[in-house]
Amino acid sequence: MSKRETDEITGVETTGHEWDGIKELDNPLPRWWLWVFYASVAFALVYWVLMPAWPGINGYTKGIRGHSDRAQVAQQLETLREVRGEGAARLTNATLQEIEADPALQQYAMAVGQSVFGDNCATCHGVGGGGAKGYPNLLDDIWLWDGSLDGIHHTLQVGIRSGEPGARFSQMPAFGRDQLLTSAQINDLTDLVLVMSGQDGDRAAADRARPIYAEQCVSCHGVTGLGDPAQGAPNLTDAEWLYGDSREEIRTQIWAGRNGVMPAWAGRFDDETLKALAVYVHANAGGR
Amino acid sequence: MKNIWKKHGVLERKSLLLTVSILVVVSVGGLVEIAPLFYLESTIEKVKGVRPYTPLELAGRDIYIREGCYNCHSQMIRPLRDEVERYGHYSLAAESMYDHPFQWGSKRTGPDLARVGGKYSDDWHRDHLIDPRSVVPESVMPPYAFLAGRQLEQKDIEAKLWAMTKVGVPYTQDMIDNAKTDLQTQADPFAPARDFKGRYGDAVLQRDFDGDPSRLTEMDALIAYMQMLGTLVDFSTYQAEAPENLR
Repeated sequence: MSKRETDEITGVETTGHEWDGIKELDNPLPRWWLWVFYASVAFALVYWVLMPAWPGINGYTKGIRGHSDRAQVAQQLETLREVRGEGAARLTNATLQEIEADPALQQYAMAVGQSVFGDNCATCHGVGGGGAKGYPNLLDDIWLWDGSLDGIHHTLQVGIRSGEPGARFSQMPAFGRDQLLTSAQINDLTDLVLVMSGQDGDRAAADRARPIYAEQCVSCHGVTGLGDPAQGAPNLTDAEWLYGDSREEIRTQIWAGRNGVMPAWAGRFDDETLKALAVYVHANAGGR
Repeated sequence: MKNIWKKHGVLERKSLLLTVSILVVVSVGGLVEIAPLFYLESTIEKVKGVRPYTPLELAGRDIYIREGCYNCHSQMIRPLRDEVERYGHYSLAAESMYDHPFQWGSKRTGPDLARVGGKYSDDWHRDHLIDPRSVVPESVMPPYAFLAGRQLEQKDIEAKLWAMTKVGVPYTQDMIDNAKTDLQTQADPFAPARDFKGRYGDAVLQRDFDGDPSRLTEMDALIAYMQMLGTLVDFSTYQAEAPENLR
């Protein structure tokens, strides 16, 4: 059964196996393939010695290079800090106002701020900071909360209704859903808000709503509806609307009281980044 | 040398011997690479704060898996500089020790979600799940608006917790018995939470996640799950560069 012979056509020896008259040529493996195979075996042997490789009973072989991915990334981050060092160090030591007053430092802060904004803030506030329904526009000088440099910095740190200790907090009640006011009263109030903001509203209805406004809304939005950035109450007389200026949106807000949340960023960013971001947002909003 | 190759003929002629030999050879890889992870003490870092998922988070996690979120989102921040810069501290083994199955993944059509908890507001998650492009214009994520309309299935939640105990998650009998109450408590900011927080810790989030207080929906569960991702480990007490934590 096993009889090696030389194939007439190719001149190659057969393996000596035969199945129903079919025989198998015994070609050697391609030499290049064989050498690559031997080389990878040799590579593995070297790797086992140099790098962490084999598990044991209580641990694993650490390799003579003592390599650690985690130590390496810590090292790389350290290098990064050094590269950024000079600018970052100046951010650390300067107050927000000093950063804004120094053009070179401000430019640096703006560059840092822009990159951080794009990755973290743009998701809600838009790539350019223009906002969206429910997410404030950061490009104008109208602020729900304190829009000063320090105010922005503080908002970034603690967030708004974020659940963090010391977070900025205010609550628009759900006057309709929680049955604090009747549906008719809310309709009247909607007209009052429309009139206050210079839009078309039913003046008779608005007048009917004034006593309700004086009772329910004044403490936050003020007698004339100018709002109060100290307690996050929006100005009702301007053309800037978080959820829209239509009758329907205004009524929904009085009815259901949507209260947006901004996360606190103090735990995610270091102090320099928060400062840079505050400077960036402040400058984009006109720097007032 | 020639004789050794001749002996190979014995293997080739005895099928049972060949089968057993193949099993021995192919199990070497598994024995060396997988088995040690189960007995080596150093595999899972010792950290403070990691707890089993609450019933609502576990239900949300099941929805995450059901909808195939893992197809586009990984949940592991690799120890690489750019990843740490973008997503935060690299993921620890301890952070997925109660994940069965884990959601690490390697496919990132969307961003990594390992530390998405607390990064955005509940409203944002709801808006984004209902219509991703309303908040991220360049997104290619499909909408999941239907989650807001679907009542969360609650009847098998005890069984889900019980099943997790079979693969090593330390749910107590108390947690299993109260799973349904805990599930409803977490989504209701006005429900008494003393017992619930006693079981899962004071840091656990309790609120109406989907903005619709009248119903407990799948949206509630999914957002509750995403809002706790990567938030458990107390990094203020974790020594990242201690020798036992280096890998």
